[in-house]
Amino acid sequence: MNPSADYVPLINLPVEWEWTLMKTGQVLAIMVLLLISLAFLLLFDRKVWAAVQLRKGPNVVGPFGLLQSFADFFKFVFKEIVIPAGANKTVFILAPLLTFVLAFVGWAVVPWAPDVVIADLNVGILFLFAISSLGVYGIIMGGWASNSKYPFLGGLRSAAQMVSYEVSIGFIIITVLLLVGSLNLTTIVDAQAQGIWMWNGFRIFNFAEFPANILVGVVMFAMLVMFFVSALAETNRPPFDLPEAESELVAGYQVEYSSTPYLLFMIGEYLNIVLMCAMINILFLGGWHLPWGPVESLGLDPFWTSFIAMGVFYVKIWMLFFMFAMVKAIVPRYRYDQLMRLGWKIFLPTSLVAVVAIGYYVTFLAPAASATVAGG
Amino acid sequence: MLAAIAFYVLAAIAVISAFAVIAARNPVHSVLFLILTFFTAAGLFVLLGAEFLAMLLVVVYVGAVAVLFLFVVMMLDVDFAELKQGFLSYLPIGAIIALALFAELALVASASMSANGAPIAVAPSGQTEITNAEAIGLVLYTDYLLVFQLAGLVLLVAMIGAIVLTLRHRPGVRKQDISAQVGRKRSEGVELKDIRPGQGLG
Repeated sequence: MNPSADYVPLINLPVEWEWTLMKTGQVLAIMVLLLISLAFLLLFDRKVWAAVQLRKGPNVVGPFGLLQSFADFFKFVFKEIVIPAGANKTVFILAPLLTFVLAFVGWAVVPWAPDVVIADLNVGILFLFAISSLGVYGIIMGGWASNSKYPFLGGLRSAAQMVSYEVSIGFIIITVLLLVGSLNLTTIVDAQAQGIWMWNGFRIFNFAEFPANILVGVVMFAMLVMFFVSALAETNRPPFDLPEAESELVAGYQVEYSSTPYLLFMIGEYLNIVLMCAMINILFLGGWHLPWGPVESLGLDPFWTSFIAMGVFYVKIWMLFFMFAMVKAIVPRYRYDQLMRLGWKIFLPTSLVAVVAIGYYVTFLAPAASATVAGG
Repeated sequence: MLAAIAFYVLAAIAVISAFAVIAARNPVHSVLFLILTFFTAAGLFVLLGAEFLAMLLVVVYVGAVAVLFLFVVMMLDVDFAELKQGFLSYLPIGAIIALALFAELALVASASMSANGAPIAVAPSGQTEITNAEAIGLVLYTDYLLVFQLAGLVLLVAMIGAIVLTLRHRPGVRKQDISAQVGRKRSEGVELKDIRPGQGLG
């Protein structure tokens, strides 16, 4: 909350009000960028799904169906909002709003490029973790407030599922924090600046540290894969979309929702997926840095460096989203007991062991460690 | 000035929603108000400069504990209006507990004020480069290591206790063996038979 000292206000306002206005503008800009990107991500998701099944997918509205999401948007908004007679009205309306708002709140700390971030928190990664763990409330409240059997069962399933996978996500995040030694997202990205061999997911290529790179590389690649799978489970994506398994629960917690509230749920769900992609990118894939080195090494002036950095970040998110879409298209749905087994009996012990292994690496094998151990 | 506005708004919401926790007729609403209280408390922590504690409060209490509360309360089918019949008769006990809590808080606050004449700063704001996650870690893993480990042991005992209380070995229950399922070959599962026309499998 400290506007810098050499900051010249544009309008004649107290500096903290001016700062608030400026941040509001940034928030609006990010929201617009996200929503427009989301419209095309939704289409992309359906196109990938269609291509895997040898269909064409949406291709009527606009060239190649590019405007399909906008047509869907108007369809949703102009429909009637139906609230079931036995529903708890306040909570019923609150649930989709909560999902929608929480999906946006997480983006406040996501750094898009050097210094392009709304709030550069010291505990940025904890903030993201906290916000993603709150996502369960929208679903569980929607399931309960609908006052109907299928939504209720869907809500319960989802609560248990998200709580289970949060545990392993937490431990996986800890491995990255141990390697980097900071909770700040910008610091985490900059620690991976040197090239693909320094990206946390691909440390195995860092042969300068041979043989320690084998240990840390294998463990961190496993963590990358596990984070991806946990992210699928956390966002209720196929193959872990049991809260809304249509063969068992119709549409789970969303059964009673229609028109705009449903749209809010859907946007929230997809934004959470994109947020997870951004998290994977920041934690494991070097954020805005290029595979062969830091984005600053291009030698451009600050504006274009930021621009290219944002572009790299954006492209990486789209590639990760492509993986989410492909998983949806090609992997069959898990059974609920298999899901719970995977979370508690495989991911939790593995990530615990990984924390110990990375702790050993940081203390005894890392280049900086020998000095620390010798010194004290 | 913004900080003062933020404080009063958050504090007012915290007090009102804490009251609503006990005043709400519907138990699920109570839990939702409890979550709101936790959340505003986290906001107050941020205002104090203790962002690490704030995030932990949200992760642990809002993200995990309150979810389980909500989970349990949603599945209860108890007539809470009936339970609340004798609500006011508990007022004296509640008042005594509230008084004791208030006395403790006042005691601690005045003791810390008189120790050095000023309220103890929660965060070493501005004076060092150290973030408060690091500050807590430095204290927790050196001066209070024993207490920290003991707290962990107590939690472990509680966890084992809960498992022991609920674990029952029932004979004759069919369980699935995942490794057997995964290790199954096609030759064990599928049998191809040549059926002659008009004879069937017989």
